[in-house]
Amino acid sequence: MSEPLLEVQLSVNGVVHDLRVPARRLLSDALRHDLGLTGTHVGCEHGVCGACTVLADGRPVRACLMFAVSAVGLNLTTVEGLAGADGTLSNVQQAFAECHGLQCGFCTPGFLTTITAGLRDNPQPTHEQARDMIAGNLCRCTGYQNIVKAVERAAELGA
Amino acid sequence: MKPAPFDYVRPGSLEDALAALSGDPGAKVLAGGQSLVPLLSMRLAAPSRLVDINGLPGLDEVTVSPGGVRVGALARHADVLTHEEAARVQPLLRLALSHVAHATIRNRGTTVGSIVHADSAAELPMVLTLLGGSVEVVGPSGTRTIPASELYVGPLESSLAHDEIATSASFPALAPGGRVAFAEIARRHGDYALVGAAALVEGGTVKVGYVSVSDVPVVVDLSGVPVKDLGEAALARLEPAGDIHATAAYRAQLVRVLTERVVREATGDE
Repeated sequence: MSEPLLEVQLSVNGVVHDLRVPARRLLSDALRHDLGLTGTHVGCEHGVCGACTVLADGRPVRACLMFAVSAVGLNLTTVEGLAGADGTLSNVQQAFAECHGLQCGFCTPGFLTTITAGLRDNPQPTHEQARDMIAGNLCRCTGYQNIVKAVERAAELGA
Repeated sequence: MKPAPFDYVRPGSLEDALAALSGDPGAKVLAGGQSLVPLLSMRLAAPSRLVDINGLPGLDEVTVSPGGVRVGALARHADVLTHEEAARVQPLLRLALSHVAHATIRNRGTTVGSIVHADSAAELPMVLTLLGGSVEVVGPSGTRTIPASELYVGPLESSLAHDEIATSASFPALAPGGRVAFAEIARRHGDYALVGAAALVEGGTVKVGYVSVSDVPVVVDLSGVPVKDLGEAALARLEPAGDIHATAAYRAQLVRVLTERVVREATGDE
């Protein structure tokens, strides 16, 4: 017996998508598999690593801890939505490039979304606040020094 | 792993939500989902139906009165944490909430959800118990208020019936002149505490609540105990268990240290 599918409308990076998914489809999987937005990475899939972090109504949330059906009505922003329409890097992305905050790049989408919201709420973080801002995201290259530098550089650029 | 299939309902009214719950004995309520979804993904739980209450109106409010703070079922941890009036009337809320997971989890997770999830390793069930708060629940036969002392019956088990929905939690205000303190030891800030403790010093009484020490949130009355005896007095009433994260002996030592630390801080004897 095939699983029933639900009609779901998701607003992602300003575009409204209609999709049919089972209720158990995680938002992270809906973004990647149903919408092809593979910038959102899936690491631990139980909310620990932060690689799948997206913005829901501007707030960072774990896409692996939400169902796509629960995201109806939220304005979602993925890493694909951070750059300008013409491809211009956002200040946070620019700062990552300058400070070598990328490393292997797997955790990067979650850091970029988290920091984008973090700097919006606190545009001039202290060093300690910059560290705290990324505390919920894991980098398995353990390259946190450059990521913290990137937060501070993005603040200089005016994120 | 992915969650097992389930029937999904997103009601627009409390009546519809109650009907959806009572229509399936295997149904569970979904609010923030920050504890529930990992359990589903790891297939430690497989409810046949999820009743998503995120569409219910009026449940996301935090209301503050001189008597205390009332938190609606859809108020996110982050909203309670940053609520200035709530922090003024009951400062323990903010002290404890800053230790609940990471900011990203707090953006989605709900305070009431954490309370009825009934994890004794979580901060808020202990805070509700220490403060003598309560939870308001709605079921097929109407509304009832469950005091914290009757809420927790076992590991991850509350006294809510399966067809009831917790609509709010109430935290009494700190009495004039009262003081609170909170401390926990975790491997990383935001991880589950190996042991956590909060002190409530009000009107001549000294009470301490503990996180990750027993199967249910536990509070001991340490009124009148000299500072040097606090740790042993607390341990006389507790039996910390060992697990993969910490041995029983280490937990006992953390109880000694944290009990003294929070009571000293709350009594101003630092």
